[in-house]
Amino acid sequence: MENQATYNYKVVRQFALMTVVWGIVGMLVGVLIAAQLVWPELNVGPYFHFGRLRALHTSGVIFAFGGCGLMATSLYVVQRTCNVRLLSDKLAAFVFWGYQAVIVSVIITYPLGITFNKEYAEMEWPIKVLLAIVWVAYAVLFFGTLAKRKVKHIYVANWFYGGFILAVALLHIVNSAFIPVSMWKSYSVYSGAVDAMVQWWYGHNAVGFFLTAGFLGMMYYFVPKQAGRPIYSYRLSVVHFWALIFTYMWAGPHHLHYTALPDWTQSLGMVFSLILLAPSWGGMINGIMTLSGAWHKLRTDPILKFLITALSFYGMSTFEGPMMAIKTVNALSHYTDWTIGHVHSGALGWVAMITIGSIYYLIPRLFNREQMYSIKLIEVHFWMATLGVVLYISSMWIAGVTQGLMWRAVNPDGTLTYAFIDAVKATHPYYFIRVLGGLCYFGGMVLMLYNVLRTIAEGKAVDAQIPAVAAHA
Amino acid sequence: MTDFYSGFWGVFIAVIVIASLIWLAYVLKSQMVLKLKKGEQAQVLHHTWDGDLQEYNNPLPGWWVGLFFLTIVFAVGYLVVYPGLVVFGNAWGWSSGGQYQKEVTKADNKYGPLYNKFLAMPVPDVAKDQEAHAMGKRLFYTYCIQCHGSDGRGAKGFPNLVNHDWMYGGSPEKIVETISGGRHGQMPAFGAAFGEEKVKDVANYVLKISGNNFNDARATRGAATFAQVCAACHGPDGHGNQDVGAPNLTHPSKVWLYGKAESTIIETITNGRNNVMPAWKDFLGDGKVHVLAGYVYSLSHSETK
Repeated sequence: MENQATYNYKVVRQFALMTVVWGIVGMLVGVLIAAQLVWPELNVGPYFHFGRLRALHTSGVIFAFGGCGLMATSLYVVQRTCNVRLLSDKLAAFVFWGYQAVIVSVIITYPLGITFNKEYAEMEWPIKVLLAIVWVAYAVLFFGTLAKRKVKHIYVANWFYGGFILAVALLHIVNSAFIPVSMWKSYSVYSGAVDAMVQWWYGHNAVGFFLTAGFLGMMYYFVPKQAGRPIYSYRLSVVHFWALIFTYMWAGPHHLHYTALPDWTQSLGMVFSLILLAPSWGGMINGIMTLSGAWHKLRTDPILKFLITALSFYGMSTFEGPMMAIKTVNALSHYTDWTIGHVHSGALGWVAMITIGSIYYLIPRLFNREQMYSIKLIEVHFWMATLGVVLYISSMWIAGVTQGLMWRAVNPDGTLTYAFIDAVKATHPYYFIRVLGGLCYFGGMVLMLYNVLRTIAEGKAVDAQIPAVAAHA
Repeated sequence: MTDFYSGFWGVFIAVIVIASLIWLAYVLKSQMVLKLKKGEQAQVLHHTWDGDLQEYNNPLPGWWVGLFFLTIVFAVGYLVVYPGLVVFGNAWGWSSGGQYQKEVTKADNKYGPLYNKFLAMPVPDVAKDQEAHAMGKRLFYTYCIQCHGSDGRGAKGFPNLVNHDWMYGGSPEKIVETISGGRHGQMPAFGAAFGEEKVKDVANYVLKISGNNFNDARATRGAATFAQVCAACHGPDGHGNQDVGAPNLTHPSKVWLYGKAESTIIETITNGRNNVMPAWKDFLGDGKVHVLAGYVYSLSHSETK
């Protein structure tokens, strides 16, 4: 039973490395489709057309990059904070290879045009079934490890990871309910407005539980670790956890304002989106205030810069979200690039930055090194990423508001002032700025891969010993 | 999904919503008991994870609690005015349909007279009127260019409006009729009835009468079929029939709805064609249709511009 004395770092290493790899793949596709919007000639053939690659980009960054990041960190954190090895090494290997199989299937089928036609859930039914099995295995692995913990209290990061794992299982299974008609074609069991509502109940909770709760779990471990400070407030974490879990479930209808969705559903979706502001900011406050007393570290530690900047973007986009859910604001912002800007301030600013910071923390520890190969390169990466996000979201804000204003402008005789193509022409320069921002962010990821590979080359894969539990814990 | 019209669901949703709001307020209230005295430091709780992970027990920030309660209070008020809980009725009478109707009525009252004042003016005069022409152009740019193009020259399957080759007639009355009621043009498929060879023959006859290159032997054979079948709509000499929207196949403009290549004509005869122009009367109203007709009329009457 010598094996029992160490943590299972193998699966963490695998997921951590794939986080970087899929990040590069997903963001490269993102830069490509952004360029396609500037230069339409880049839409080559049916396989590399915007319509097919767009789904590949969103799934690639959310589920491949983000998903591997969440799995790497959650499986690391649950072991470290429970003082116990993972429930089963075989199950861990199944989760890793199963999840990679899902990602590769997606990369092959989406460009072929094999699609279920649901946003962020475009995979056809055989892949959906595989994902459901892998996800249940992941849940068993995580909760099984939690159940045999050597520490009495469950650390706050694990609440968030646990909430994320349970909710995503529920979301995936309900939203994916399908009727297969052939090996590679199936249809949703829902129809009409009900189908739209299920889709956005899923879609917004993918944001709420996958892209928020999961990454808050990451935040609650890596921020205090890297800062070397205790969490700011236990009470705050209790309140904002339960409030977040309760409220997100209702917010979906704000994606369907002014549609065939019944009025009452739209009203409920709007008010619960507004209520979400405080619970979201609870997480930001708890993260940023954890740094009080250690602010000076921000000057010298680029990993901490990533983590804290991520929290700032989290606070910003969770303010912007509730505002955009207000019907009057939504009437201007809906269907414009403002939404795309909002999503990316969350995705690039919050999700990716907190992941990047956490992976930089993990890699040296997983490969028995003191620190990353080059701290300078992390610093360069940080500034490239920040510049990239700022270029991206500011260009999309301007583009989105311009579109919204042009679409609604009317002449004194009540006719529209601008044809649709006028708004497209006005947007064109901002699409170019977006490509620059995307390239900047992507370039940073390439630096990261180099830095990670150099660190691995100098290090050695070692599983840490499980220390004895401190008496008062 | 008719089951969702049952009254049960309204109660079901209301119970969950109210329970959620009460739960949120309760969790918030229950954690507000802790207060720090001035200058007092928060305690570190007695749990440690992974060597050094600890938690302070700082109280909830006051402004944050205020913000939280504010949003809950706003939510309750909003759900009453813009009913989110159907079981409590709709005391303020708001609905999205009602709001839409109100806005449409307001716009109609404001803009309607601007267009209706031209109703008494004959279409050719509307075409010459500078103000009406400008308004008509803006309407055309909003509703028509998607199919007919910003220059009115149409596209494959969508008629050209500037070349005097009218499918249903270019008189002012006919233009108003087309815009108001829309059109549904159908050419039946003859592929099965004729067979491949005969289709080719007819196609070559059509090429001949429209002044294009053709195969003489085929055209001669095709003439008989044309006279027997096609002439019913397109007329014995191929001049078409505007009463049924059958195109003139000999028009000097030589602009074809689907193209004049032999292969395209064969495709048309084999599979037939089905064309729809939507009806705008209900959506735009007579005044706007009239002004729009003036603009369309002006496109093929350049002297009126």
